[in-house]
Amino acid sequence: MGKGIWVFAEQEEGTLRKVTFEILSNARKIADSKGEQLCAVCLGKDVAALGDKFAPYGADKAYLVQHEALGQYTTDAYAKALADLITKEQPSIVLFGATVMGKDLAPKVAARVGAGLASDCVDIRLDDNGSFVVKRPIYAGKAYAEVSFQNTEIMMASVRPNVLIASAPDESKTAEVENVTPEISADDIRVKVVEVQKTGAGKVDLTEAEIIVSGGRGMKGPENYKMLEDLAEVLGATVGASRAAVDAGWRPLSDQVGQTGKVVSPNLYVACGISGAIQHYAGMGTSKVIVAINKDEEAPILTKCDYAIVDDLFKIVPPLTEEVKKLKAD
Amino acid sequence: MNSIVCLKQVPDTEAQLRVKTDEIVTEGVKFVISPYDEFGIEEALLQKEKAGAGEVNLVCLGPQRCVEAIRTGLAMGADKATHLDDPAFDGSDALATAQALAEQIKKMEYDLIFCGRQAIDDDQAQVGGALAEYLGIPHASLVTKVEVAADKKSVKVNRQIVGGEEILEIPMPCVLTCQKGLNEPRYASLPGIMKAKKKPLTPVKAADIGIDAGTVGAAGSKTKGGNFTSPAARTAAKIITGESPEEKAANLAKALREEAKAI
Repeated sequence: MGKGIWVFAEQEEGTLRKVTFEILSNARKIADSKGEQLCAVCLGKDVAALGDKFAPYGADKAYLVQHEALGQYTTDAYAKALADLITKEQPSIVLFGATVMGKDLAPKVAARVGAGLASDCVDIRLDDNGSFVVKRPIYAGKAYAEVSFQNTEIMMASVRPNVLIASAPDESKTAEVENVTPEISADDIRVKVVEVQKTGAGKVDLTEAEIIVSGGRGMKGPENYKMLEDLAEVLGATVGASRAAVDAGWRPLSDQVGQTGKVVSPNLYVACGISGAIQHYAGMGTSKVIVAINKDEEAPILTKCDYAIVDDLFKIVPPLTEEVKKLKAD
Repeated sequence: MNSIVCLKQVPDTEAQLRVKTDEIVTEGVKFVISPYDEFGIEEALLQKEKAGAGEVNLVCLGPQRCVEAIRTGLAMGADKATHLDDPAFDGSDALATAQALAEQIKKMEYDLIFCGRQAIDDDQAQVGGALAEYLGIPHASLVTKVEVAADKKSVKVNRQIVGGEEILEIPMPCVLTCQKGLNEPRYASLPGIMKAKKKPLTPVKAADIGIDAGTVGAAGSKTKGGNFTSPAARTAAKIITGESPEEKAANLAKALREEAKAI
C-alpha cells in the first residue's frame, strides 16, 4: 500500500492558491476510502506560517519543504525537491492544481519518478474497484475522457482550478507538520530567472476569478472596455476577452479566454458581444453560470448559456452595472 | 543553429467529432498540424534565418496520415523530417510519446527543441517538459519570445506566468514550449510545397530507436483514456425579456442574485 495521497500546495509569496483547498477537500474522501494519509506538500523559502492552513480542509499532515532556492519558482529547483521527496516517501497519488506552475512542474516530476500523469482534470475519484480514476476534457471540451492508471506505483493528476468545491474549513482540525530540508545544489538549477514583470498588479488572474466579464468583437473597439471594467468593478470580477478582441489588438494576450488563451471556470461568466465559437467555449464551457449579452440572435453562445439578453450590449451593460450596484447596496 | 520541432497532427479545431463510449471517431475529419506546433516551426525557421546557418528538423510520432502534416511543415521551410510510425506506438500516452521522441532525438544534433505548449486533441501539455527530463536538459514552457545569446550558448525567453511574464536565461540545448504570441506562422508557398516533396522524410520504427515496445503504445503507457462522454448540454438558456434595455438589465441582475445566486 502506498503511503499517502499528496496535494502539491502551490503558494506565491506566502499566499496559497485556492485550488489547493479544492483538491484537499475532494481528496479527503479518496484518502478515507483507501485508508491512507492526506498530505499537503508546500515548497518555498519560508512557508512555516502555512503549516496550519491545510488541516481545516482535511489534511492529516503537511510537509513544509523549505530552501533558499525555492523562494523563486524554477522548474529545476522545484522538480528536484519534490521528486526527491516522492522517491523517498513513495506516495500513491500526487495531485497538483492545473495552474501555470502545476502544468509546468507535474510532467517533469512524473517523468523523473516514473509516474503516470493526467492533466487538467475536472473530477477525481475511486471507481467501484477502488482504483483511482480521473475525468478530463479532451478536444477542447468537445468530449470528456475517463483516465485510469496502469504500470505505475505513483499516479499523478493536475486538477483544473475552480471546478471542484472546497469544503467549509473546520478550524478545529490540526495536522502533523514535517519540515523537510531538500538537497538542492547550484548545479541542479540550470534556468536563471532574469526578471519578473507583473502586469496585472492587484488584479485577480482570470484562471482564479470567481466572476469574469468578457468582451468580444461586439465591443467594437478598445475604448469601450471601460464599460466592462465598470461592470467588473461592481461585481468584483476580472475582465477577459475573446480571441477576436485580442487579435484586433484591443486587449492583451493575457486576457484571452479560449482554446488558445486561458481556460477558466468561474462561478459566473458574462459574455458581452462574444459569438461563442467552439474555440471560445473550450476555454469557458465549465463555468457554472454563463450569461450572454448579444444582439445577434443567431450567435452560437445563445444556445450554450444559462441566461441571455438578445439586445445591444451598449444599451444593456451600463444599466446592468447600476442594477448590480443597487443590489449590492441592499 | 540546429533546431528540432516536435509536431503532432490533430483534428482541425472546427472538426465535428463523434463521441462513442470506447472511441472518439475522427473518420472523415480534416487533420492539421497542432497550432502551437506551428509556432514552433516558425520560430525554428526564424532562428535559423537569423543565424544564417543550421537545419530545422521535424520529428513526428503518429500514424501514416501524419505524412501530410509533416509535408506541410517541410513546405513551410523545414529541412528534413523523421516520422516515428509504428503500430507499436499506437495508444501511447503523453509520457510514453515523450519517451519515444527522446530516444529518437538522442541520435540527432540540436541546439534548441521546440514543442507546442500542448496538442489540441489530448490537451495534456506534458510532452515538452517530459521530453526535456528524458533528455536531461532544461526547459521553459509557455514561451512568447526567444532570443539566442551572441555566443549561442544560452537563450533568453519570455514566458507567461500568472499575472504577468517572466524572463528566463537557459543554457542550450533546451526544450521550449510555444505559446500564442511567439510569432505569426508563415504559410507554405507554392515553391515551398514543390520543394517539400523532395525533402528527406525518414520513417522510423520502435526497434530502430531501441525502445522496448513494452514501454510504449497502449499497453506500455501508464495512463489509459476511455469511457468517453459528450459534455452535458446546458438546459436551454433563459431569455431575459423586458420592455426596455433598463428593464432587461434589472431582470438579469435579479435572476443572477435570486435564482442563480451568482452575485
